[in-house]
Amino acid sequence: MTETAIVTENLVKRFEDVTAVDGISLQVAKGELFGLLGPNGAGKTTTINILCGLTKPTSGTAEVGGYDVQKETAKVKELIGVCLQETAIYPYLTGAENIELFGNLYAMNREVLKKRRDVLLENMGLTGDAKRRTAKYSGGMKRRLSLILALVHDPQIAFLDEPTVAMDPQSRHAVWDFIKELKRENKTIILTTHYMEEAEELCDRVGIIDHGKLIALGSPEELISKHKVKNLEEVFIEITGRKIREEV
Amino acid sequence: MKFQRVLALTKKEIKKTVREPAVLFMIFLFPIVFVFAFGASFGGVGDSQTAYSVGVVNMDQAASVNASQILLTGLSDTKILTIHAYANNQTAQNDLSQGNIQAVIIIPNDFSQSFVSYQASPKDPNAWTNATVTLYLDKGSLVATQAIPPIIQQVLSALAGQSQQAQSTPFNLETASLVEVTAPSAFDFMAPGMFTFASIFLIMMVSQSFTQDRESGMMKRIRITPTSPTEFMTSQVLSYMLIALVQAVLVFVMVYFMGFKPDVGMPVYAFAFALVLLFSLSNVGFGLITATIAKSSGAATGLSFLFVLPQLFLGTFVGTSLSSAAQIAGKVIPSYYVTDALTSLFLRGAAITSPVILVDTAAVSVSCIAILAAGIVLYGKYYKI
Repeated sequence: MTETAIVTENLVKRFEDVTAVDGISLQVAKGELFGLLGPNGAGKTTTINILCGLTKPTSGTAEVGGYDVQKETAKVKELIGVCLQETAIYPYLTGAENIELFGNLYAMNREVLKKRRDVLLENMGLTGDAKRRTAKYSGGMKRRLSLILALVHDPQIAFLDEPTVAMDPQSRHAVWDFIKELKRENKTIILTTHYMEEAEELCDRVGIIDHGKLIALGSPEELISKHKVKNLEEVFIEITGRKIREEV
Repeated sequence: MKFQRVLALTKKEIKKTVREPAVLFMIFLFPIVFVFAFGASFGGVGDSQTAYSVGVVNMDQAASVNASQILLTGLSDTKILTIHAYANNQTAQNDLSQGNIQAVIIIPNDFSQSFVSYQASPKDPNAWTNATVTLYLDKGSLVATQAIPPIIQQVLSALAGQSQQAQSTPFNLETASLVEVTAPSAFDFMAPGMFTFASIFLIMMVSQSFTQDRESGMMKRIRITPTSPTEFMTSQVLSYMLIALVQAVLVFVMVYFMGFKPDVGMPVYAFAFALVLLFSLSNVGFGLITATIAKSSGAATGLSFLFVLPQLFLGTFVGTSLSSAAQIAGKVIPSYYVTDALTSLFLRGAAITSPVILVDTAAVSVSCIAILAAGIVLYGKYYKI
């Protein structure tokens, strides 16, 4: 039987009169790369925020790594790494200092942190810029560093919220390779994106969200085959009658 | 609580202070420039205070005429001085060091004898018995040191039946110092308030830092890590206390080279720095309250002046030249008590264990910890840490 890493049951989040997440139930297996797809405002980030313990759900339950995200938030935080949609890094610190800071926040051993820092910088092509202050980084470099900060402590479960948004093709492919490497390391990854080709390239399974509801769930191949279309973009059009990026 | 996290966040905050030119200017250079500008140019008295409390130790052994009583009546009649009698010099000096009175007059035992000798031969100085009236002044009050001696001199001259400038009298007024501050300048009176002043701009820095981290998503990123609110707030408080300490040292060096050299020992300096550190907690608290109210870092800058200005104008060296009403208003501001304690320590020579210092320290401790707690609770209520 496959071990489950993430479980949500009828998850609902309302902000006053807006229902951002509307009864989402799903299971993500350990080592699975699961894509949450949908247009902007569909409820992907709110779902991630609930799973990270940043936002309390209005109703429903969620477990990450076997821990209840509301009752055992501290345990959940030790297990997960989160790459936020915002490129949040300290501009007055160098790339290496940003990584060291977050490694220390995860209470990493000094030597382990040094090695991990160097490996991640190398993998993301940032070694040459590690000693520069990040205020001088390009947008793509900041996104790559942001991803490193999420994964510095080698988490078992990674939430990557639009990790390649606004990236140049070169940076995007570097990130894709990095995500594939994580997959090979048997990490559980939740990837949100509105790039359908990214989901097709990387994900084992995808869940398509629209207006807070999970409207499709399955592997990219299953969904494309089921709806008799050429790609996930067309799956979304088939189900909703809209293009996924029209609302961007 | 993991010290590794606290240390990492503290180091981050210090690097920010050192590396961001705007922050560096606001926190370190601005106080120094401000202190220099005020120290060099601020010298006005401009106080509307009308009555000074003066202690009198009357050692006069009255002769046929009780001259000391005539002197005291003359002093009271000025309506400017309120006379308090003391049995001995020690008791009077204690009250002077606590700031309860602004001067102590010691009337010598031969004062009446001197007066009688003068009356007998007003035009023959060789026949006079000269008497020296000793005057101790509150070195923590610019107004007292400038206003009280001429008043007393005038009354002494009147006692001799002469105008102050006309002729000599047997009465010599000698000004004594409790603390070895030779020829105190206006700057000396301001110096204690300058120590207090240094950390006030932390309010602006804290409010900007928190709002900027909120806007950029850094606060959210920290919240995703296992860092607890206690670890985060401890790191912030430690960082800003360290910055406040550096500020106080810089200001101290600055005022020292500008001529302020109080004759006090290391324990007093250590106590003064500890008091300034304690005071910095209130500025962190006010900064957090500002960050709670402000929706953006730009708004935080403006709103921080709601707290910066009262702390600055009612409680520091700026306040020493304001009206008495403003000085009364200052009693609800923590900076007032810090400046008062530092003035008593550095200028009046008060002991660390003396009542005025203990009361001031208690007021600073309670108010600063309460303001910090209020800031943390308010910020935590509206924005998760």
